[in-house]
Amino acid sequence: MRQSNTYIILYSAAITVVCGGLLAFAAVSLKPQQDANIAMEQKKNILASVITLKEGDDINEIYNKQVKAFVIDAQGNVVEGMTPEKVIVAAEYKKTPKERLLPVYEFRNDSGKVEYAVMPVYGYGLWNNIWGFIAVKSDFNTVQGVKFQHAGETPGLGARIESEEIQERFKGKSIFENGSLVSINIQKGEGNDYSGNPHKVDGMSGATLTAKGVNNMLKDYLACYENYLKKNVGSTKQASL
Amino acid sequence: MSTEAVAEVIKEKKAEPLFSKKNRKLISNPLDIDNPVTVQILGVCSALAVTTQMKPAFVMSLGLTIVTACSNVAISALRNTIPSRIRIIVQLAIVSLWVIMVDQILKAYVYDVSKQLSVFVGLIITNCIVMGRLEAYAMANKPWPSFLDGMGNGLGYGMILMVLAFVRELFGAGSLFGFKVFASLGIPYQGNGLLLLPAGACILLGVIIWVQRTINGYRESH
Repeated sequence: MRQSNTYIILYSAAITVVCGGLLAFAAVSLKPQQDANIAMEQKKNILASVITLKEGDDINEIYNKQVKAFVIDAQGNVVEGMTPEKVIVAAEYKKTPKERLLPVYEFRNDSGKVEYAVMPVYGYGLWNNIWGFIAVKSDFNTVQGVKFQHAGETPGLGARIESEEIQERFKGKSIFENGSLVSINIQKGEGNDYSGNPHKVDGMSGATLTAKGVNNMLKDYLACYENYLKKNVGSTKQASL
Repeated sequence: MSTEAVAEVIKEKKAEPLFSKKNRKLISNPLDIDNPVTVQILGVCSALAVTTQMKPAFVMSLGLTIVTACSNVAISALRNTIPSRIRIIVQLAIVSLWVIMVDQILKAYVYDVSKQLSVFVGLIITNCIVMGRLEAYAMANKPWPSFLDGMGNGLGYGMILMVLAFVRELFGAGSLFGFKVFASLGIPYQGNGLLLLPAGACILLGVIIWVQRTINGYRESH
């Protein structure tokens, strides 16, 4: 009986149903907690791209107090009725640049003046998607900080985009040159000094293709944000939104 | 054998204490003379990969112990119903069930560790220790001894992982569980980069195997 085909088919069907049911239950019941973690991580990354977070800082409190988030379109106009939480950057990435909805997180000081603007970026590295944030100072040109993450870059090589060391190199670089968008480029080779050049960043040895991915991602997304940035370049924008 | 006699045999077996000498061996053997990593040389790939820091190594050990113990119990409970022709697939299904469970729970409660471990937690399913224990032990034994066997092997694996991670993190990065040991003692220490590479872990594992076999006199039988 235990070797008959019917028994085997019924047995495997039963195993499938039981295992599937248990997994579905676990996935559904743990989803709110997991989503909360992801949202927290997002807030943490936004803040980490502009300020240095200390151990024990209340991320939610700082975020709610200082960050003003809204969504713009490629023309730089605010899209009413949309909140950044509703925008899935990975899904927007698949649209053409002109159609994308673009979240912006403005970090304001206590008097409501914009200190930094944080913009999400998304692209493709060597093996899988890469994403992150780029933050500019109130001149909307100088980079305050970047935060990159990846799904499958090579550990020790391309995965270094996640490291502090690489991200530190973007600080103080500028996006525009005489009013036109130049973006920032990671160079090939490592150990060169690009401190004099506002658009070049020292490369990662052995990870030229990941660096290329980062360059494309920045160029692609900064072009989307170009109108928004240009509107604000040089202005001392007050909280009006 | 009459039904009475069968009942008697079952009763006699039930009377065996939970931690009889035989059962304690199930836990203690995998820690030393039957260690899954150093003696059976199983699960080495993950042992080399996750041991650069103590924290992921600890979570990985915990995850593997839970998966091995739970799948052992499940397979052992089902052992009399599993058709032998599809037993490997049934085992795989049970193991992957637990692996995904562990992965989901990590994602919900220790998110930052799960990010570091994501690939390796998924790879527990291909960890030879888990399937090996199911095939070699749980298919032929009762749930309780199977549970102990799973625990023992998970702990044996975890022990080696913790030793590896301790040495690698301490001498490779100068910290333990992320706490800068040398810096807090005021000793300037330049981390040994080799220990942070998989190759360094491989050498270290070799040393551990050598030391262990010198102490307990284990020899491969030919």
